[in-house]
Amino acid sequence: MEKHAIIVVGGGPAGMAAAIAAYDRGVTDVVILDREPHLGGILMQCIHNGFGLHKLGQELTGPEYAAVYEKKVMERGIKVYYEATVTHVSPDKVVTAQSRQGILKFQADAVILAMGCRERSRGALNICGSRPAGVYSAGTAQKLMNCEGYMVGKKVVILGSGDIGLIMARRMSLEGAKVEAVCELMPYSGGLTRNIVQCLEDFGIPLYLSTTVAQIHGEKRLEGVTIAQVDERRQPIEETKRYIPCDTLLLSVGLIPENELTRACGIPMDPITNGALVDDICQTQIPGIFACGNVLQVHDLVDYVSEEAERAGIGAAELILNGAASGEAIPTKPGNGVRYVIPQNVRKTGNDVSLFLRVTQPFGKVKFTVTAGDQVLAVAKRLKAAPGEMEKITVKANMLENVTEPIVVALEEL
Amino acid sequence: MNFDVIIIGAGVVGGMAARELSRYDLSVCLLEKENDVATGASRANSGIVHGGYDPEPGTLKAKLNTVGVEMLYEAAQQLHVPCLHNGSMVCAFGEKEDPAVKELYERGQINNIPGLKILTGDEARAIEPNLSTAITSALHVTNAGIICPYDLTIAAVGNAMDNGVALKRNFAVSAIEKNGSGYTVTSAKGETVTGKYVLNCAGGYSDKIAAMVGDDHFTIIPRAGEYILLDKTEGSRVSHTIFQVPSEEGKGILVSPTVDGNLLTGPTALKVETPESRDTTPAGLEQVQRLAAKSVPSVNFRQVITSFTGVRSSEKGGDFIIEESKKAPGFVHVAAIDSPGLTCCVAIARYAVDLLNKAGLILTEKANWNGNRANPHAFREMTDDEKNAYIQENPDFGKIVCRCETVSEGEIRNAIRQNPGAWDIDGVKRRTRGGMGRCQGGFCGPYVMALIAEELGIPMETVTKSGGDSYMLTGRIGE
Amino acid sequence: MERNITCIICPRGCPMTVKEEAGKLVVTGFTCPKGEKYAIDECTNPVRTVTSTVRVSNRKDTMVSVKTAAPVPKGKMMDVMALLRKTAVEAPVSIGQVVLTDVFGTEVVITKAVD
Repeated sequence: MEKHAIIVVGGGPAGMAAAIAAYDRGVTDVVILDREPHLGGILMQCIHNGFGLHKLGQELTGPEYAAVYEKKVMERGIKVYYEATVTHVSPDKVVTAQSRQGILKFQADAVILAMGCRERSRGALNICGSRPAGVYSAGTAQKLMNCEGYMVGKKVVILGSGDIGLIMARRMSLEGAKVEAVCELMPYSGGLTRNIVQCLEDFGIPLYLSTTVAQIHGEKRLEGVTIAQVDERRQPIEETKRYIPCDTLLLSVGLIPENELTRACGIPMDPITNGALVDDICQTQIPGIFACGNVLQVHDLVDYVSEEAERAGIGAAELILNGAASGEAIPTKPGNGVRYVIPQNVRKTGNDVSLFLRVTQPFGKVKFTVTAGDQVLAVAKRLKAAPGEMEKITVKANMLENVTEPIVVALEEL
Repeated sequence: MNFDVIIIGAGVVGGMAARELSRYDLSVCLLEKENDVATGASRANSGIVHGGYDPEPGTLKAKLNTVGVEMLYEAAQQLHVPCLHNGSMVCAFGEKEDPAVKELYERGQINNIPGLKILTGDEARAIEPNLSTAITSALHVTNAGIICPYDLTIAAVGNAMDNGVALKRNFAVSAIEKNGSGYTVTSAKGETVTGKYVLNCAGGYSDKIAAMVGDDHFTIIPRAGEYILLDKTEGSRVSHTIFQVPSEEGKGILVSPTVDGNLLTGPTALKVETPESRDTTPAGLEQVQRLAAKSVPSVNFRQVITSFTGVRSSEKGGDFIIEESKKAPGFVHVAAIDSPGLTCCVAIARYAVDLLNKAGLILTEKANWNGNRANPHAFREMTDDEKNAYIQENPDFGKIVCRCETVSEGEIRNAIRQNPGAWDIDGVKRRTRGGMGRCQGGFCGPYVMALIAEELGIPMETVTKSGGDSYMLTGRIGE
Repeated sequence: MERNITCIICPRGCPMTVKEEAGKLVVTGFTCPKGEKYAIDECTNPVRTVTSTVRVSNRKDTMVSVKTAAPVPKGKMMDVMALLRKTAVEAPVSIGQVVLTDVFGTEVVITKAVD
């Protein structure tokens, strides 16, 4: 069995950033296992721009952003196994992968999980009607168009206003398809505002809120969909039903962290994020196994994926170099208006700690307060807050010194 | 070519009949209107091997069920079709329903079904701890089991083909004429096949086929059943197949593990217009969830993978119709095969072949008939060491294409090359489980399309989901 | 005349308002200078970066992604697409390689390497 200090599962933006950070922190025996024949993960099909503004200070397309990190991986001589799909990770850090070379087994000192996420499928939505061809998850359509060069349809309805759906509305419009509508079940959009503007408004595509696809029609190929507004229980309202002829339905209805390996390893999970429970260095509750990027929580910006992965990479390297850090772990909890907080445990290590969270619904002006018992650890104000946009609040190291009670993040509307 | 026997319809009954006929020195042609086998009732049903306590004593259903269970288990083993002997329970909810359990038990005794036992609610829960506390008694059926209906059909047709049967797909029968020595069967596209004898195994269309030779004494009533399939995380809620005794709301909803480790709930029973009516409905899916929870309250419907509708072919008489046409000699109808048709498929096939024999078909056993089929799932069942060795010789098996179900490129290529090969995406899915997992083909879809195109030597744009007009792509970018 | 504009420069999406005062456009609601400029541009000459793909002529079934090096007038997006449709490149190509010059005042460049 091959032995390595750190095995990184996944060579997308998270895996690459984690591997580079671990290497730069002093652990050079790092190996990346990726299921694709190239690094970059899902970025390679995200040919639109908007990546890297925060992290790299320039606006790049997905493949360009990936190339920046790929170059760093290559420069460091980090070993990459391509087309090697990890099938099992054991709690004692034996990683099994299947590749054209055979079944590969590795013993690692630390494992960094960076498998990313998958799209919620039609099946999970229970949309009624028939099961024809032409119903695609938005990312699948994106791959077929941007990587393989095929059109998936000519007349399109999109369910869900997640960013991939919005990006695909523009992409298909640019390629000559007619996008009839984007329907969003919730009373607000799930995507970034900038995408609503430049992907829908620029092309005159209507966005219908509190609206769903109630039925799918067509025997062999999709012939149309019935859309309907929904009531407060999110059930279609009969009188509002309307038929739209189309040959394609794209689904952009949410991303799910791909945690099958994590669960099979017995790593405790957070039922809200669908990712592992982690501490401030992205370490799961099995020491030496880390999780970062979209497998930990679904991000809206790749820049934050890279940052999170760097914390995981540095954390894994320091664990190997210095052994487990001592320091009491304080749990974090979401308070009023907050859906979840990551990390779920914060150790007092003398470093500042960033908390990542999402709000429960759209708000106007808000004030976030981070407290532990009576003590206020941090305050942050925002002009607006929405579930589609992840918030980051940093707590200074000195504020954590005397904390004993759980850390709660809550918001109040101003 | 003039065949000895033409079989119309490659469902589980047609497929099993083809396999039975392939034992003999005969030329046999199996006709299928779709792009693949097992696309009608055999595509989507409960996949249950029924114990045989249910059919009315004296009916063909009762007779064939009693003898059919063991025949099916034997065939499944020869064909390498995964089949689980998990047993079933028929549950009563309250005093009012308890007598129904007793009645089924007694009917089972008349039908000569071994291993039936009446359990109290507590005894049932001792075996299946997740059963509802509202269950007061249950019929324990130990000979019952589960099997995948399309897997069985594909295997039966494949084994028949291995033994010389010809399969013609996309052959929708539009006319049948009597000729000198038999029948000329014409397709909607104008192709013809001739045969001395014909087996009508056309499922939902068996009445239409019968009418083509002048038989109009039965009418198929298509009944839709909606199902919800759950993730493997729910697969161990129950180990037995859990039925409910019939009540005002119908025959009840089952909760069952599947041979692949998922949990299946359903079906509803709704009369529909045509055998192609495969819509799921809000009311149906609601009913499935509500009634499944009645038996097993802890089923977590947030773990839904997919919902689907199967269509059964019933007839008002309630029994199977397996008979030689009175108007067309040598033309045998095998119709109205609803539940327990899957359980009885081997028995039905043998019964039908026997009718052909009585009508004059001479059956001479082949010396070299091989009823065993190579295991198409051999790779999936290997240990890591065995896989490693196999991949060294066959590197395509190392490349995982479907990550949710861990299906390799080699397995997909095999599925396209095997008998009967997969010609479309659904065909690959049914043969390998590729695209059947949590992401429902989201990641592997494009890869599978490329493999189909390459293996069949066709352009990507012509790859379909399920044949016909079910195209996936509308062209190349920028053209 | 008053116009509400959501900034698309960064994911923050600031809600801005543009008013005409004494023949001059005045922006409120921005939180950075880029936002202010975007709001003025949006009212006078809205521009967008176009990203798409072009065919790789010497590789079977291969497309490579491209972008306009600078934003082009919003109304010219479809014209850029029409130009790209007629364009093919020969591999190998590298990131930043110019595919088309003089495209509404900018260039079209490769965004993904093909060996």
